[in-house]
Amino acid sequence: MTNQEWPLYEVFIRTRSGLSHRHAGSVHAPDDQMALDHARDTYTRRNEGVSIWVVRSDRIVASDPAESSALFEPAEDKIYRHPTFYEIPEGVENL
Amino acid sequence: MYTQGLDQQGKTENRRDSLETPERLEAFQARIDAEEKIEAKDWMPEAYRRTLIRQISQHAHSEIIGMQPEGNWLTRAPSLKRKAILLAKVQDEAGHGLYLYGAAETLGISRDRMVADLLSGKAKYSSIFNYPTLNWADIGAIGWLVDGAAIMNQIPLCRCSYGPYARAMVRICKEESFHQRQGFEIMHVMANGSEDQKAMAQDALNRWWWPSLMMFGPSDKDSKHSAQSMAWKIKRFSNDELRQKFVDVTVPQADFLGLTVPDPDLRFDETSGHYCYGEIDWQEFHDVIAGNGPCNRQRMETRRRAQDDGAWVREAARAYAAKHAAKAA
Ligand SMILES: [Fe+2]
Ligand SMILES: [Fe+2]
Repeated sequence: MTNQEWPLYEVFIRTRSGLSHRHAGSVHAPDDQMALDHARDTYTRRNEGVSIWVVRSDRIVASDPAESSALFEPAEDKIYRHPTFYEIPEGVENL
Repeated sequence: MYTQGLDQQGKTENRRDSLETPERLEAFQARIDAEEKIEAKDWMPEAYRRTLIRQISQHAHSEIIGMQPEGNWLTRAPSLKRKAILLAKVQDEAGHGLYLYGAAETLGISRDRMVADLLSGKAKYSSIFNYPTLNWADIGAIGWLVDGAAIMNQIPLCRCSYGPYARAMVRICKEESFHQRQGFEIMHVMANGSEDQKAMAQDALNRWWWPSLMMFGPSDKDSKHSAQSMAWKIKRFSNDELRQKFVDVTVPQADFLGLTVPDPDLRFDETSGHYCYGEIDWQEFHDVIAGNGPCNRQRMETRRRAQDDGAWVREAARAYAAKHAAKAA
C-alpha cells in the first residue's frame, strides 16, 4: 500500500460524432495508453462514446473559484454584447 | 484537475482561506439552499468535506466488496446467457466503485488512502454484502432486492449538493435498472418453475428480505448523521422514509411472484396507504456492522488477497511506463 499510486487522468468522451467531448470522470493509469484502455472499460461499456480523450489531471490548468468574480463579473455589465440590447423600430423585418 | 491540483491548492488555501467564519459558513449554506452545486475546488466547511469523503468512500467500498457474493456464482450460472448477464452486472459494480472513488478523490483524499482504510477495517461498507449466496435464486434476490434498495437510496443522491458525487450517481442509476430487472426475471423464472425451484426462490427471499431493509441504515431516531446531511442536501430523504418506499413498491412485486414476504406483521394500512412492517432486528444489524456477520472475515480476506496478488501487475505496469518514458526522453 505504500507504493505510489498510478497517476490520475481526466476522461473526456464524445458520445456521437457532431458533439464535442465532455468530461466523464477520471481513471488511474501508469501511462497514456493504459489510461485510454481504462477509460474505455470504465466509461463506455454501453456505447457511450465514439471517441475518448484522456489527459493527466496535473496537466490541466484551471481557474480558481475564489477568483471567479474577478474573472467573470466584468462581462456582466456589458449587456450591449447581446442582441436584445438594441431597439429595432416596429415594422423592420429579418433583423 | 482533481487530486494533485487540489492538494496543492489546499496548502495555500489552508493559510489564506480555511477559517470558517460565520459569514463564510452562511454564504455556503445560502448556495446550498439555492440548490447550487458545490464543485471540487469551491470553498466548503471541513465537516462537509469529511462527511462526503466518508459517505462516498463507503459507497465505493460497498460496490467493490459487493462483487463478491455475486462473483461466487459466475462459474456456476445455470446457462451461458445467465453467465454473460451476471458477468456484465459484476463488471458494472466494479465500474460503480471506480466512479465513486473518482468522485471522492476530488475532495482531496487519495485512492491509496481509501483502499488502505478499507483493507485495515477502518472504513466500512454496506452490511448487506456480508451475507452468503447459498443458492442460484440468491442471485435473483440480490438483483431484485439489494439493487432495488440501492436504487431507492441512489436516485435522490443524483440531486446531491456535491456536483462530482451527483454526476457519478446519475451514471450509476442509469445502470442499476438493468441489475434490478435481471434479478426480478431470475426470481420470476424460478417462482414459476418446478416445486424445488419455487422453494429456492422462497428461501432466497426469506434470507434477503430483512438484510435488504437494513440497507437503509438505522431508524431515524437512532441516525446520528441525518439532520446535518439533510441541511447540506447530501441526503434528501430520511432512512425510514426510503425504507418505507422500498417496502411499498416491493411487497406487490413479491405478491406477483407468488412468494411470501417473511414478516408475520406485514399488512397494508388503508388509511395511510402504506405497508406496515414488523420490527427490524437491530442487534443483527449492529453485529454485522461490527464485523460479526456471516461473511465479514471472508470478504476482507478475499479483498486483501486480490490486492496482494495484483501488486506485481501494478508494479510491472509502472516499470514498463518508466522504461518507455526514459526511451522517449
Ligand atoms: Fe452498483
Ligand atoms: Fe447494481
